[in-house]
Amino acid sequence: MLRLPDFTYIRPRTLAAASSALEELGAEAMAVAGGTDVYPKMKRGQFTPRYLVSLGQVEEHRGLRREEGRGLWVGAGETLSAVAGHEVVRREFPALAAAAGLVSTLQLRNAGTIGGNLFVDTRCNYYDQSFFWRQAVGFCLKKDGDICLVAPKSRVCLAICSSDTAPVLSSLGAEAVLVSGQGSRQVPLDTLYRDDGIDYLAKRPEELLQGVWIPEASFGWRNVYLKLRRRGSFDFPVLGVAAALRMSATGTCDAAKVVLTAVASAPKVVEDAPRVLCGRPVDTASIEEAAELAMRVSHPLDNADMDYWYRKRMTRVYVTRALRQLTTAGETAGGPEAAPA
Amino acid sequence: MSENGTKKRSFSVIGSSLPRIDGPAKCAGDTRYADDIVMPRMLFCRLLRSPHAHALIHDVSTRRALELPGVHAVVTGEDVPTKFGIMPSTQDEEALAVDKVRYVGDPVAAVAAVSEDAAEEALRLIDVDYEVLDPILSIEGAIEAEDHRIHTWNRRANIQKAVSFEFGEVDAGFEEADEIFEGTYFFQGNTHLPMEQYCALATYTPDGKLTLWSSTQTPHYVHRALSRVLDLPMGRIRVIATPVGGGFGGKSDPFSHEIAVAKLAMITGRPVKITLNREESFYVHRGRHPVKMWMRTGVKRDGTLTGMWFRSFLDGGGYSSYGLATVYYTGALQTVTYKLPSYKFEGVRVFTNKPPCGPKRGHGTPQPRFAMEVQLDEIAEKLGLDPVEMRLKQVVEPDSVTVNGLRVSTIGLRECIEKVAERSGWKDKHRSLPRGHGIGFAASSYISGAGLPIYWNDMPHSGVQIRADRGGGVTVFCGSTDIGQGSDSILAFAVAEELGLQPDDVRVFTADTDLTPVDLGSYSSRVTVMTGNAAIQACGSLRERLFEVAAEVLEVPADDLEMEEGRVRSRSLPERGLGFAECVERAEARFGTLGATGSYRPPRHPGDYKGAGVGPTPSYSYSAAVVELHCDGDTGEIHIDKVWIAHDCGRAFNPLWVQGQVEGSVYMALGEVLMEEQIFRKSGVHKIPSILEYKSPTTLETPPIETILVETDDPEGPFGAKEAGQGPLLPVIPAVSNAVYDAVGVRIHEIPVTPDKILRALDQRLKEPTVPDFAFPTPIRWAPGQGVEVPQKS
Repeated sequence: MLRLPDFTYIRPRTLAAASSALEELGAEAMAVAGGTDVYPKMKRGQFTPRYLVSLGQVEEHRGLRREEGRGLWVGAGETLSAVAGHEVVRREFPALAAAAGLVSTLQLRNAGTIGGNLFVDTRCNYYDQSFFWRQAVGFCLKKDGDICLVAPKSRVCLAICSSDTAPVLSSLGAEAVLVSGQGSRQVPLDTLYRDDGIDYLAKRPEELLQGVWIPEASFGWRNVYLKLRRRGSFDFPVLGVAAALRMSATGTCDAAKVVLTAVASAPKVVEDAPRVLCGRPVDTASIEEAAELAMRVSHPLDNADMDYWYRKRMTRVYVTRALRQLTTAGETAGGPEAAPA
Repeated sequence: MSENGTKKRSFSVIGSSLPRIDGPAKCAGDTRYADDIVMPRMLFCRLLRSPHAHALIHDVSTRRALELPGVHAVVTGEDVPTKFGIMPSTQDEEALAVDKVRYVGDPVAAVAAVSEDAAEEALRLIDVDYEVLDPILSIEGAIEAEDHRIHTWNRRANIQKAVSFEFGEVDAGFEEADEIFEGTYFFQGNTHLPMEQYCALATYTPDGKLTLWSSTQTPHYVHRALSRVLDLPMGRIRVIATPVGGGFGGKSDPFSHEIAVAKLAMITGRPVKITLNREESFYVHRGRHPVKMWMRTGVKRDGTLTGMWFRSFLDGGGYSSYGLATVYYTGALQTVTYKLPSYKFEGVRVFTNKPPCGPKRGHGTPQPRFAMEVQLDEIAEKLGLDPVEMRLKQVVEPDSVTVNGLRVSTIGLRECIEKVAERSGWKDKHRSLPRGHGIGFAASSYISGAGLPIYWNDMPHSGVQIRADRGGGVTVFCGSTDIGQGSDSILAFAVAEELGLQPDDVRVFTADTDLTPVDLGSYSSRVTVMTGNAAIQACGSLRERLFEVAAEVLEVPADDLEMEEGRVRSRSLPERGLGFAECVERAEARFGTLGATGSYRPPRHPGDYKGAGVGPTPSYSYSAAVVELHCDGDTGEIHIDKVWIAHDCGRAFNPLWVQGQVEGSVYMALGEVLMEEQIFRKSGVHKIPSILEYKSPTTLETPPIETILVETDDPEGPFGAKEAGQGPLLPVIPAVSNAVYDAVGVRIHEIPVTPDKILRALDQRLKEPTVPDFAFPTPIRWAPGQGVEVPQKS
């Protein structure tokens, strides 16, 4: 079997201590929470840390709770199963329950954390391979090489954002709380992502995610997440669509946010969607327009399962379906009862 | 009393759905697979594999690797240069490449070290001087590259084997036709993906004897290959097949890793083990051949077939493996389902710089069956006929000989077709479901064991020894290999039935070349029929002695005796009897130690032309399937709603096990038709050698399956049984394609049928598959009436 290389395992009790350890050990250290992505990547030589800073003993990044006036706190250390099954999440944010519940398999959702999924390493069929394979094909920009094998002229790595939960939390206007030795800061989650397959997170390496706030203002938004993948089990998204709408009492759309995943190195906000969706009832015409706009900004490449032209074409279909679900099924607060799959 | 089992009105064990004898250990985690074996002083082996698809090897230097602490030995091609291969006439494999590598993953060197980590590190210290050559990666590329050869032993560059036959008068057949249909088809390659990866362990003891434990389907053929390559007499080699965690054909060849650990054990004098990882299993492969096909069929207006001309082009990968048989199999079984008066077949297998293809469930027959059943569906459509009715009108007759000289004994195809049509509500649904919903039908046949052994000989294909214990227990010895299909349980059931015992009373000892008589292996769906018959014969021989003694004790004639409920008793006076154990004691006192043997060799078939060896079998199994699905017109996604499948298994030894085999076949077929692809980058590297990215369905994607077992009581089968492990895969694949047409009106002539292909087809942008130009040899001609007269039973 593929062997897990030797490493030193450090188990701090606080995020600040973990962050200090990461800062001190520098590039040779990595944080690990559920480990469902880290350990396989170490076996394949994609991650080569000498030190692993475990977040397993840390308590302060746990918890899932509603705080009146502040919103819903989702601790980064909560498992995907816990998030998907949480009562408030299921009632108010079915998109999040769906996204968390659609990550990989049940066993891995019981181990993997939502923090891990939000910051999950970008993926690419040229990168997510064993050392032997990458050696045979030739190493790439993201690890050990100096060329992008997807698009040899590209100066940046084109590995794909493969988080299911990031687009949903982005569509809900979530704020991230980051902790380091110097204290903590709260920033819009959106601002943490960069469209670069290698430097895909706009944060310092030692900054750790404590959790996210879904703000009070997002309660009452209708929301949905649809995921495209080959199998209804197991697979990473090759396209994900998160949509959230705030409807007024008169039936017009007040506010809207459509975010795509797996079409770039960062979650892709469809910037123009609110322009066509807001200030009017959501109808077939506005849905079609929004879906068309989404397809235009969707740029899948030939580095994941299913043809890229197909994934691009599906962007329109999936955005249409997501918006339709929000306007037909969801009359109650929070939208569809059951998590759409 | 029949030679194929006691003639009884009812069976006591056969036909009951008792659990398998290996079930408790597997459920309790107690089964010891190859990788569970640990020995004192054991070393670990890793193989250095080629990163190039096609390259010459100028030098391999192991000096730096040997200097690494913990490394005990390193071997290269020079240490094991003798070529081998499963088929005697195409021995073109080397355990470790000598002067050339032919695919990415081809083994070049092997290390034995104190740990897997040390062995892996040592691989990085082996220096190989490669001269990289252009890889050949397509069938067309192989045919065209006349000056650029992958192998040198074959006559025409990159052509492993080209065959050509004409049975009956095919021109006349087409002249007689009212309509002629032509189509091209492509069946993508895919791999077996068993849960258990390859693993082998070898010891070489001071007495000069080698023992190899391996997860293999064919210990006998591995035994022969080890003897050849290691230059050791077979008598000094023992091969033990460990319980196999899934094979599906992928563990039927002798492999580099088996030879490597054996050689390293001989050099180091220590046990050496190797377990391949999942990625390596994709390189070892031997899976489904990608096949391009062309089929022309002539029919009368009522759908009656008048002639067929079929061409297959097989992408074989880097070595021959079973390819010689595979190319014949792509043309062999078209004739055994529907009456076909004339038939022409041309097939060619080419070498390419990809992992070698070989046998996978259905071996060479799912590809042509896909082409044929899709074409028949199109013919029915064009002629305005119901595809089920059209086929029912021309089902092959029992006890008949096909145009290519195959002897069909029993055939339950009609009943299979009628049952799936009835249960699925075919008549009400076909062409009547709402748009997006569809139903498709197909039927097929498969062999119950190859009629000929891999190497030419006159010996039995399967041998069984039984031994009766004074305490009343019975032990069965057989070289057969349980790969999860239940062959150990089959032996226990057959012996229990014959001797009036319960399966629990029978101890089964299999797959050990030192202790068990030869069985050729778990391939070609041969084991139930062949070991079953051998076991019945052995039991019959033992029973004669027991009856001789019992007749005296009970004072009844021997021909009035039967073995039932643990007793030897009189049929006419059932209260007159004695217990099995007592009978054994008395017989042992009379005759000495009690044991008996039985063996089996399949009957001949009429065909006597060169190439007639592929296709014959003791009996053909038949299957029919109906698939109902719906297809999303916007996304092209297919959701299978239900599969109805009927299978003529001759007789169900155990309905539960047969159902398991049928469901497993349906599941595997759905993977092949919907998503699985063994595909490569332009450099020849496998695109997706992982269980995450090589898409295969999981339990969650598996639809409801309704299995219908049809029993035809075949005279050649043990208790009337035929195969069940492979045949049921065949009809599902074309039935899905036909159902897609019924749902959304597009014909997809290639496998897998993926969402993007459906959208392309709906946009009328999907190109038909192509076939290359190729000059086939002059056909061998044969017609029924020629050939040997054979009795209908062996």
